[in-house]
Amino acid sequence: MSEETSTGAPSRRSLLGWGGAGLVLGAAAAGGAVAVTREESGAGDAVPAASTGAAVDFHGPHQAGIATPVQDRLHFAAFDVKTEDREEFVALLKEWTRAAARMTAGHAVGEGAFGGLAEAPPDDTGEALGLRPSRLTLTLGFGPSLFEKHGERFGLAGRRPKALVDLPKFPGDNLDRARSDGDLCVQACADDPQVAVHAIRNLARIGFGRVAIRWSQLGFGKTSSTTPDAQTPRNLMGFKDGTRNIAGTDEARLARHVWVGEKDGPDWMTGGSYLVARRIRMNVETWDRTSLREQEDVFGRDKGEGAAVGKAEERDEPFLKAMKPDAHVRLAHPDSNGGATILRRGYSFTDGTDGLGRLDAGLFFLAYQRDVREGFIPVQRSLAATDALNEYIQHVGSAVFAIPPGVRDKDDWWGRALFTGKA
Amino acid sequence: MHRARLPLAAATAAAALAALTGCTEKSDGKGGDGTVKVTASDDKCEVSKKEFPAGHVKLAVENKGSKVTEVYLLFPDDRIVSERENIGPGTRQTLTAEVKAGDYRIACKPGMKGKGIRQDVKATGGGRTAKRDPRLDKAVAEYRSYVQAQADETLPKVKVFTDAVRKGDLEAAKKAYAPSRIGWERTEPVAESFGDIDPKVDVREDGLADDQDPAKDWTGWHRLERALWQDKKIGQREKDLATRLDKDLAHWRKRVGKAVITPTSMANGAKELLDEVATGKVTGEEERYSHTDLVDFKANVEGAEKAYALLKPVASENDPALAKELDKQFAALDELLGRHRAGKGTADSYDFTAYDKVGKADRKELLDGVNALAEPLSKLAAAVVASK
Repeated sequence: MSEETSTGAPSRRSLLGWGGAGLVLGAAAAGGAVAVTREESGAGDAVPAASTGAAVDFHGPHQAGIATPVQDRLHFAAFDVKTEDREEFVALLKEWTRAAARMTAGHAVGEGAFGGLAEAPPDDTGEALGLRPSRLTLTLGFGPSLFEKHGERFGLAGRRPKALVDLPKFPGDNLDRARSDGDLCVQACADDPQVAVHAIRNLARIGFGRVAIRWSQLGFGKTSSTTPDAQTPRNLMGFKDGTRNIAGTDEARLARHVWVGEKDGPDWMTGGSYLVARRIRMNVETWDRTSLREQEDVFGRDKGEGAAVGKAEERDEPFLKAMKPDAHVRLAHPDSNGGATILRRGYSFTDGTDGLGRLDAGLFFLAYQRDVREGFIPVQRSLAATDALNEYIQHVGSAVFAIPPGVRDKDDWWGRALFTGKA
Repeated sequence: MHRARLPLAAATAAAALAALTGCTEKSDGKGGDGTVKVTASDDKCEVSKKEFPAGHVKLAVENKGSKVTEVYLLFPDDRIVSERENIGPGTRQTLTAEVKAGDYRIACKPGMKGKGIRQDVKATGGGRTAKRDPRLDKAVAEYRSYVQAQADETLPKVKVFTDAVRKGDLEAAKKAYAPSRIGWERTEPVAESFGDIDPKVDVREDGLADDQDPAKDWTGWHRLERALWQDKKIGQREKDLATRLDKDLAHWRKRVGKAVITPTSMANGAKELLDEVATGKVTGEEERYSHTDLVDFKANVEGAEKAYALLKPVASENDPALAKELDKQFAALDELLGRHRAGKGTADSYDFTAYDKVGKADRKELLDGVNALAEPLSKLAAAVVASK
């Protein structure tokens, strides 16, 4: 990514990639330096680089929104493809790319939200007018069904990456198909929820007739977007989690665990990644009446400081054997899973109540990895089998996507290498 | 019935008529240059001159026929400039209007039925009205007759329904319910433009205001729908409501030709019909007791397609890609609807699956289809006014 380090005050939150993530991985130790975005060159009014209102470069070897410091807010959308025409679909990807480049730079879509023909609806829906770019990133992915359902028609037969596997059924899964899967996904992250929602809304609108939203999820993470905060954020269970995520600037770990390498294949995925999305519902009411001791045992950390069992500081290296055998941190730790490491980017969600008066809340888990078979699957197998946390959570939505490499420049478009066969 | 929609067109209509039509008054038929003598008979509508100066115009009408007649001064798109009804045999009446230079028509309607016998006339000199693409005038005129024809054809179908209600025949009434609504649903935006008819005939219980008493103030199709499907009985109140529905719809039929219709209101009306589907039909809210939502759905789409078809010659010239997309999406939605026809219905059959039997996934598929059509349809108005 063409991001530069330009502040001396690292924001650990943005660094760590808050996923409430400890739900799957909850180890200790912090990452390295922080990456701060700079505004896109020529993106209009100059915005201080350290500001949360700045623009993140849309172009680059990898898509923004993966290693980018995590923004406050999420609107994630999965789409079904409705068109059967390859050219129409390619045209959509190009239109989406153009719109995404404009929106991430803080501009309105097309001719804008006003001033056009009085008889026509404006190109842009307008609710982001006057708002700053807010570090909006838009990250596109292709689901397995794109290759299976539309493969022949779109000339993609045989092009599905081997690493884009269908996830196995994990014990305890209670997946709602209407909140799972999708031919395409777009992850919109921004420091302002209105900017993220605006982006998905406009892409959906451009797509009507060619694609239709299958499901979408709003997420929130940080409660303060301006003050750098050295604390690891807490999930909705009140625990600090995700202290050992991959840092967005740690090129070595990113190359090893996140980016698809040249030899991994297929060619069109080089520089890309694989995304697993899980909607994890928390039974917060029962959790809240669980004793403090049990809560801490379940995680393998203390609730106040966030230190692993027997340790004093949050980032002290955990001693796994000191924890209960079914403690979440112990089971999720790379050492318990043959070194399996993923980059987490999840968000908390609260979708009101469920009609029974229970909070419909939890973690929208997003994890990026070089190969799902070596990342999410082994970790989740071990968690689903024995994690003490399972009594309080349930996986209710699931999807996996191939995230192609970045859009290189203004002439490039999302998925070009896949559709043209030229990397 | 829809969530509050401002009867904008109705307001505009009133203003336009106030500006253009002075008054209709009784007169002996004498007059100066602006007077046109109209001699109506049972098969003729003769005018004394086909050109007259713009400004104050008087039509001195004499009915020499044996039937009661009506006389209209019309714009080329069939909008009414001025009219006079109930001109009995052997009587004279006068109507006046303030007109700008341009083309007009005078129509006599012996027996007060049909399109009438027409004569083209012209107002000359003075201020000119902006010239509109004559193809658009034609589109508006044809749409106006479509709307009128829908209303004309609806009344007998409504009578089948209301007769059954009056006879207390529950089954026959249920059967006639959905067909009685088709003409209305096809042309709803025009009916709604009057503001007062829709709340009488097509309101749902939740559309009533706080200060309205459902027992007294809820009238129209959906009140009867509830009686037939939910209460499963027909009492005196229902029989009275059936008669009231006949009366309200007769009023609609009479006024529908006077609606202000423009090329853009046609285009936007088409989009509004799809919006109706997107907000009321796909949710099953519209026909919550009878579950005949797909009949309304189909009728809404047909009405939209009619408006589009009439505007297409101009729209396809200004925006060929849009026309291509609309053709495609209308066909796709029609195909999708076809999948929900009960039995082996043909393309023009209204025998649809009850909507409570349509699953969530199918409902989403239908909504996706509606969105796919409504989005490009929202650009039709611009394509009609663009360029030239």
